[in-house]
Amino acid sequence: MNLILFTFIVLLGFTSYYFGRKKAYTIQYTKKRLTALPQFYGYYLAIWCAIPAFIIFSLWAIFEPTIVKLLILSDYSNQGYLDNELNLIYEKTKSLSRGQFTGEITPFIEASAKKYINLRSIAQSSKVVIVLSAIIASGAYAYKRISSNSRTREPVEKFLKAVLFTASLAAILTTVGIIFSLIFQTIDFFKVIPLFDFVFGTHWYPAKAFVRDSSEALDPSMYSDTFGAVPIFAGTFFIAFIAMCVAIPIGLMSGIYLAEYASVKVRQYAKPLIEILAGIPTVVYGFFAALTVGPFLKEIGNSMGLDVSAESALAAGGVMGIMIIPFISSLSDDVITSVPQSLRDGSYAMGATKSETIKKVIFPAALPGIVGSILLGVSRAIGETMIVVMASGLAANLTLNPLESTSTITAQIVVILIGDQAFGDPKTQAAFALGMSLFLVTLCLNIVALRVVKKYREKYE
Amino acid sequence: MKKNGVKMIKISSKNVDVFYGKKQALFNINLDIEENQVTALIGPSGCGKSTFLRCLNRMNDVIDICRVKGQIIINDFDINDKSCDVVRLREKIGMVFQKPNPFPKTIYENISYGPTIHGMAQSKNEMDEIVETSLKKAALWEEVQDRLHEPGTGLSGGQQQRLCIARAISVKPEVILMDEPCSALDPIATAQIEELIDELKKDHTIIIVTHSMAQAARVSQNTGFFHLGELIEHGSTDKIFKNPENKKTQDYITGRFG
Repeated sequence: MNLILFTFIVLLGFTSYYFGRKKAYTIQYTKKRLTALPQFYGYYLAIWCAIPAFIIFSLWAIFEPTIVKLLILSDYSNQGYLDNELNLIYEKTKSLSRGQFTGEITPFIEASAKKYINLRSIAQSSKVVIVLSAIIASGAYAYKRISSNSRTREPVEKFLKAVLFTASLAAILTTVGIIFSLIFQTIDFFKVIPLFDFVFGTHWYPAKAFVRDSSEALDPSMYSDTFGAVPIFAGTFFIAFIAMCVAIPIGLMSGIYLAEYASVKVRQYAKPLIEILAGIPTVVYGFFAALTVGPFLKEIGNSMGLDVSAESALAAGGVMGIMIIPFISSLSDDVITSVPQSLRDGSYAMGATKSETIKKVIFPAALPGIVGSILLGVSRAIGETMIVVMASGLAANLTLNPLESTSTITAQIVVILIGDQAFGDPKTQAAFALGMSLFLVTLCLNIVALRVVKKYREKYE
Repeated sequence: MKKNGVKMIKISSKNVDVFYGKKQALFNINLDIEENQVTALIGPSGCGKSTFLRCLNRMNDVIDICRVKGQIIINDFDINDKSCDVVRLREKIGMVFQKPNPFPKTIYENISYGPTIHGMAQSKNEMDEIVETSLKKAALWEEVQDRLHEPGTGLSGGQQQRLCIARAISVKPEVILMDEPCSALDPIATAQIEELIDELKKDHTIIIVTHSMAQAARVSQNTGFFHLGELIEHGSTDKIFKNPENKKTQDYITGRFG
């Protein structure tokens, strides 16, 4: 029913556009000059038709259940029921009205169910009537207002602005909401686990928290030496470092080749090819790392007499680096290409060779963009999850040996949140604390990136 | 400059054709450039004067689709020959562009760029000296001596162009090519550059492409008139402006077309 009504509002909106435009044409036909193009009259009428109806429709959908519930439960007031008993009664009523109730039916509940069905049908039909009359009233009002000197362009433009504003507001509010949920859960977490233990503790062993029986009282002392985040922070930066050691040189050099040396034809094929790399899902990189690179490194290591774990930081970091190459390559190519040709000409005219020109003129001029692309790559490396989970294992070892397995923040969040979790449990909240720290790290990184870019931009433009 | 009454020829182009892809841009250009004189190349837009200028230091190499045929002889050597070292050639033949294009570096680094890549200074003192003389010759020293280590891009348009001239003369080129060096500048900056050009011709041979007839008349001793890729007429500036042989030249100079 709701869907039909909604479709009807939308269809009516579209039709009214043509009516509005047609009326504008009629006015135009009488040789009167319009104040706006005819389609503005169409939009104007469509907005007036659809929007008030749509607002009533949405408000109704929000408030109807609450009001119906109040009316049903008013029969039970002053009878000494508790709040949760009332809720139970209401749930029983609803399921009985749908014919899904299986328990014992009391006459009270039966009466309520009948009342419920009755109320709902009244609500439905009155909704249809009110929405339709709203369409007709506001549509007729707007249609009447359309004349040769009515203003339609300004309201339409204002409406568009309002729509765009709402969209950006929604984007910002969701971000703010996510951050706040992170903050509150993190605060709860730190009520149980001291901040000092989290930041400086060197043992990360959340499995210890898994064994707690949830019926037991919470005892913070049992979590000592459980949530020390140093190993996973170290692992995160270590793997990101390995990744950037792979990605920066290769990405940058291929970017320079594409921008400065490659012929038009090579560039035409090579650039999309490199960008395809960026489109490969990280899971695919993950099993490439876990099933191909990891065992390969182990074999090489064994043949050289080294003890290499099959899940190593090197495998994860290396493959992550390969994943980031296209970003750095493609972005730095764009940046280098956008350095003005006049600078190249100036350098060549001085007798500089191509490599001298690149090293001394183009690279410094493109540096802000290149730094930006590298920092973007670092953010991706720190946020990457799948490759680490699959290729570097989940044991949070505190090590700087690339041949051992380490774990990262993101991988540990996965470990914690896989399977059943209880909210309000320190184990679950640990994931929020980790997410919060990840957010802070990437935030700082972005701020630094913007600063660096700004500083160099002032210097070079 | 005449030696024993004979004109000294610095550059001599013989049967030069230039193609952009399939389109021919220059047709059989034969032009001799006199040493230590200013030669102006004039003509309407798209006539090929800039293309010809860029032939002289092989800057057309930078453009993929561009091909140059014919001989350009500088110091008895054909620069279009395979054995020509472009790096050495461009050291000998400097260039100043239409839009000032200082590198996004300090003023000092802008000047020291050329001497560094050609290994011309053995010590910091020597480099300081090159920077100072170049800036002095470009009449910029007074204005920038206190801020040599500030970005060259922070200077005004006219100062930037003089910085580019200083950059070009830092490697002591024999020839300086100027591609409409004043078209982006105001009249005062233009006057300064013109004065500078007159000064520079003592040590350098200068070829200047210009759209301003008045400028050609003011600064040059010789003038070549290009039209639709052909060199219509060339000779002393006096003669071209006062008594041109070709009707097209006369029309162009008197402002009847172009």
